[in-house]
This record gives sequence, C-alpha cells and structure tokens, in this order.
Amino acid sequence: MRYVEEFRRPGPVRDVLDEIRGITTRSWRIMEICGGQTHAFLRYGLQPLLPDQITLLHGPGCPVCVTPAGKIGMALALASRPGVIFCSFGDMLRVPGRKGDLMSVRSEGGDVRMVYSPLDAVRIARENPDREVVFFAIGFETTAPATAAAVQQAERTGLTNFSLLVAHVRVPPAVEILLSSPQTGIDGFLAAGHVCTVMGTEEYVPIAQKFGVPIVVTGFEPLDLLQGLHACILQLEQGRHEVENRYARSVRPEGNRPARDAMRAVFRVVDREWRGIGVIPESGLDLNEAYREFDAERKFELRDEVVEESRICIGGEILQGLKKPDACPAFGTDCTPETPLGATMVSSEGACAAYWRYRRNHDGN
Amino acid sequence: MTETEWKGPACPVPLSRYPRIVMAHGSGGRLTRDLIGRMFRPVLANPLLNQAHDGTVLDDPGGRIVMTTDSHVIRPLFFPGGDIGRLSVFGTVNDLAMCGAAPRWLSLSLILEEGLDMETLWRVIRSIGEAARETGVTVVTGDTKVIDRRGGGELLINTTGIGVLEREPAPAPARIRPGDRIILSGDIGRHGIAVMCAREGLALEGGIESDCAPLHEIVGKLLAVGIPVHCLRDPTRGGLATALVELAADSGTCFRIAEEAVPVHGAVQGACELLGLDPLYVANEGRFVMFVPEESAETALTVLRKDPSGERACIIGRVESGDPGRVVADNAFGGTRILDLLTGDPLPRIC
Repeated sequence: MRYVEEFRRPGPVRDVLDEIRGITTRSWRIMEICGGQTHAFLRYGLQPLLPDQITLLHGPGCPVCVTPAGKIGMALALASRPGVIFCSFGDMLRVPGRKGDLMSVRSEGGDVRMVYSPLDAVRIARENPDREVVFFAIGFETTAPATAAAVQQAERTGLTNFSLLVAHVRVPPAVEILLSSPQTGIDGFLAAGHVCTVMGTEEYVPIAQKFGVPIVVTGFEPLDLLQGLHACILQLEQGRHEVENRYARSVRPEGNRPARDAMRAVFRVVDREWRGIGVIPESGLDLNEAYREFDAERKFELRDEVVEESRICIGGEILQGLKKPDACPAFGTDCTPETPLGATMVSSEGACAAYWRYRRNHDGN
Repeated sequence: MTETEWKGPACPVPLSRYPRIVMAHGSGGRLTRDLIGRMFRPVLANPLLNQAHDGTVLDDPGGRIVMTTDSHVIRPLFFPGGDIGRLSVFGTVNDLAMCGAAPRWLSLSLILEEGLDMETLWRVIRSIGEAARETGVTVVTGDTKVIDRRGGGELLINTTGIGVLEREPAPAPARIRPGDRIILSGDIGRHGIAVMCAREGLALEGGIESDCAPLHEIVGKLLAVGIPVHCLRDPTRGGLATALVELAADSGTCFRIAEEAVPVHGAVQGACELLGLDPLYVANEGRFVMFVPEESAETALTVLRKDPSGERACIIGRVESGDPGRVVADNAFGGTRILDLLTGDPLPRIC
C-alpha cells in the first residue's frame, strides 16, 4: 500500500532511531499533541527504543476525551427524546457522561446511529422528514470542515429537521495554555499532521517564537513520528525553535483553503471547556449567526449541566502531560476500558486506553 | 469464493398469498406446516429429518461425540462472500472441527420476524441446504418461531452441531505446551471488513469478500497424517488477538508472535487504516490457528499449503513459559506490544 508501508519499513526506522541516539546529549521533554500520535508510539513499541533522556509527554489531542461531560449530558438527553435520530461518530458512543453513555441510551430505545461522516447524518435527515436528526459535531480542525460542509448542504437543500450539537475544538489555543503553565515543562512539540493538513502551519509560528519551543509537524506512521522527533531534538540540541514541516507529503504551509473557507463561513470562535482541563479561551468553534437555526442547543433549548467528574480520575493531568496513565491509582483496577472513570480510558485515542492496550504490565516508561 | 447466485427455482410457498412472514407462520398451524413442508423439507430432506417426529433418533457413531451450538444474528443477511445461511452451517461445523471432530449432524432453529420477505427466507434456506451438502452434515431436526414486528425483516438462526472424534487425544487448550509453534492458516480480517463495508454501505477499492468457509476437511487432513495437533481455534469475533489471549489464559502459557508474519490482504489493511481498526481484532470465518510441537511445524505447513484454503499458512509465533495469559507481539523495529481481549465493539475512530 502506497504511503503507508514505506513509512513502516524496519530499515529506515532503525536508521532514524540510531540517528536520534547519536544527536541526543541532554534530557528533553517532548509532547505529541494528538492521541493518534500517542497510540502510534505505543502501538509500535517505539518509546522504549528511544534514548533514556527523551521523555514523551502525551497531549490533549483526543477529541473524544476533551469533549466536556456537560455536552455529553446534552447528547444523552437529546438521544433519549422520542422522534430524534441522534447521529455520532463511533468512538463517542461509549464515552461516559454523568448518566451513562450513548450505547446505554440506544439499549433503552433511543435511536442512536453511528455515522462515518456528518454528510451521512444529512442524508438520514433527508430520508426521515418526519424525524429530527441531530449530529454530534465533535473533533478538532480535522472534522470541523466536514461538519461545515454538512451544514452548508443542509441549508442549500432547505432541510429543517437537521441540527448539530457542536463541540468542535481548536488545537493552537490548547498548545498555548500548556506552554503557559509552569508545571508542564515542555521543551518541544510534535504537531498533528492531519490538523495541519487542514489549517496549515502558519498558526504555530507565533507560538514557537513566543515560547521559544520547536514545533514539528509529523504524520502518524513509525517513520513519520521518528523523523519528526529527530527534527525536534536536533532543533533543541542546536538551540533553535522553529516550525518545521516533516509531513510535507500532506501538509502545505497554507493548509487546505476550501476546507478553511467552509469553516470560516459556518463557525465562529468561542471559549470552550475541555474535559479535565477547564475553559480555554478561543479554543472552540460554534455555529455563527447565519447558521444558528441548525444549532441543536437553541432548537431544543438545552441547558449545560455542571457535571462533577470522578474524584479519582486524573484524566485532566494526563491530558496536560503532567502525569502518565500508570501513575493513576485507579489505572487497571477501578478504571478499565470496560468500566472507565474518565474519557481518556475510553477513546481509541485516549492515553489511558493506549497504555492499557499496549503497555500494561510492561516495564519501563 | 464468489457471491452466491440465486438462479434456482422460485419460492415454493404460494407468494401470491403471503409475500412476507406473518405471525401465523409460527403458530404451529397450517401456515407453519406449509412453510416446513413446502420450503424447508424439500431443500433439507434426508432420511433422519424425514422421521418427522418431535426428535430424531441417531445411530451410535462409534466414538466420543462433540457437541457445540452457535447463534447467528449477522446484519446484513447477505454480504460479499457469504450470507447468514452459509455462516450458520460453517460456523458450527468449524467449532466442531476445532475440537478435532468430524461434523455429522446439525439442528436448525429459525427465529423469523414478522414482515420478513419470503423470498429472502427462501434464499437463506437454499443457502443452508447448499452449505450442508458442501460440508456433508445432515440437518436432523429444527424449529421455527415468529416474533412480533420490531425493526422489520430480522432473521436469526441457531444451529447445534454434533461431531465424532476420530482420533484421540482431541486438540484442546490444556494441551498447549511451551515450545509449541503457532501456525495461522491464512490472511486475516476479510470477514469483518466485508461485513462492515456491506452494513455501512462503504464502497472500498479491492472488493473484499468474507473468508467464510468450512474448515473440517483441512483439519481432517492434518489429523489424518498424524500431526500431533495440540490445539485449534478459529479466530472469529474479536479476531486473532482475542483468540490468542483466550488460549494463553486457558492454557496457562505465554505467547510471543511476530506481527509482520501475520498475513493481511492489502485491501483489508487499507480499510483498517481508514476506519482506525486493528486487523488483529477483526473477525474471520474461515481461518484457524494451530498449536503444534516445533518438530511437526514444517510438516503441518506443507500439508496446509497444499490445500487452497491454506496457501498462505505460516508460523506466526511460539509458546513460552512466562506470565500465564500474556501475549506479546514483536514488530520488525524491535518494538513490542501487549495484545489484549477486544473491548466492546470495534468502533471506527473519528479522525
């Protein structure tokens, strides 16, 4: 398969590992922003192959994990309503809110459907004119353009039974918050290639300058990650802090213009709560005035509920790279993927789920 | 295997009256009798079924018997490479084969939802008939029930199978020993991906078909040449990883596999990349893993590879004496990961 196998070949991977060992002279703490990167590091067992001086911190880039419990509460309430078809991406279905998850709502008779694209939800709305169809619009800049396209399509075709529960989030404000915190001690970042495919790399330039940290855009295959890590360590060793694109087969500096245009047309930037972290200014996207009729919160007069998180779960600290999953007293005992206390144990991109799947009982970091 | 074509005779139940299943088809009265007499019996007829009694008297098979049961609830009913009918026969036949038994008899229990299209039922019954003939098993007893309309058009099938052990000792998890080689009979993930694509209407390049196939013949060959097969398992739901973790736990041993040795078709790999699934956790319906002593591994491979269903058979790992229940996968870069049971349903990720 092109563009995948080439980046999993053992020879080049071992070569880059050797190069990383060759250039590393000091201790560096490097955060991969995206849960997909975290999983790939663990899935391919790369972490133990790195020099001891390199500490990988796992970032907050798991869209399912950071969706606030209040929004999940709204989703559960909407999905339970008679007459509503509630559409969601697959890995949101098992994330616990205060009262269960979407899977349980379905087992109690709610019409919850897993979709692969918001456009599927638009189609379902068209096919069911007597039902209200709601799409749970979550995710980073990766999924927001598809949501925007769906809203535009719904508007063009005059759909009135389609709306969205919007919880989209933006990466750069979260990066700034993490860098502003004295506790995190992040020396460098691996930025997520798919987010930058949409948004480009320009947003990161002022952040790299302001905080003096290198930000390297990487892909998700073993070779991508290690080349990105190598570039980041090289910058640190040489005292540089630039934005560097090591995923050039997908990422252009300006990003994907039509996708950005669609987002700009449909969304406005708002403050947003990140589960476990708190409200981050300008880190969310909501429908703008022109598309407010598609806002499910308005349409169904939903109220955000304050949700108390588990006192044991340290998901918030994990999402900020302050702690690792196996430092949690509940990890693997009270908290497992079957009985998750927090979203980081549920999502396929959550750091706790990654540790559970790949590194349980393992020695080392 | 190509998708079954349906060119046979038209449905024998008078369609003009009931093109769909109604509650009365399960009432035990005339319509039930019509369904059995006109649709089921002509396709499945054999002297044992023709005893037409509340139960069927079976002859002493002359060996220890193995019994297994399996319910089939798959959606959609028809998918590339198979359908619920073939699956309900092969699934049970394969469970018997994994116990080292030659499959002999099958019960067939149908739960039909009011509103099920009669033509659909007819296709499935014919498919069951064909699959039974292919595998040489005899349907000896059956039952039909109709349930109230819910979503519409559901068809659920339970089959119970009885087979005979022709050689002792029978393969079993308790016989797995440190040093055994782990052999996989072919590439993985086809069934799960084919069904998921059919269910979700995903059109992927490469047109993956289910690997749905009976395994008793190839297992029979392996046993017949005297290979001391310690254990067999077909990695259905939960995929290869889940099957291995279960066997490691049940045998109190530890497995080490080489991930790059596990064959995965390019289109399955591509679909998994797209959907965020791990092929090791995707279902199979025509593959098995086998545990044999090191000295028998090459002979076993030779036998397997001579059979079309085992062309891609390979050694994927070995049994060690370590933490009981632990399965470790090594990759080509020197990295390792732990394999665990599948959690929940495999859910496609969002990005």
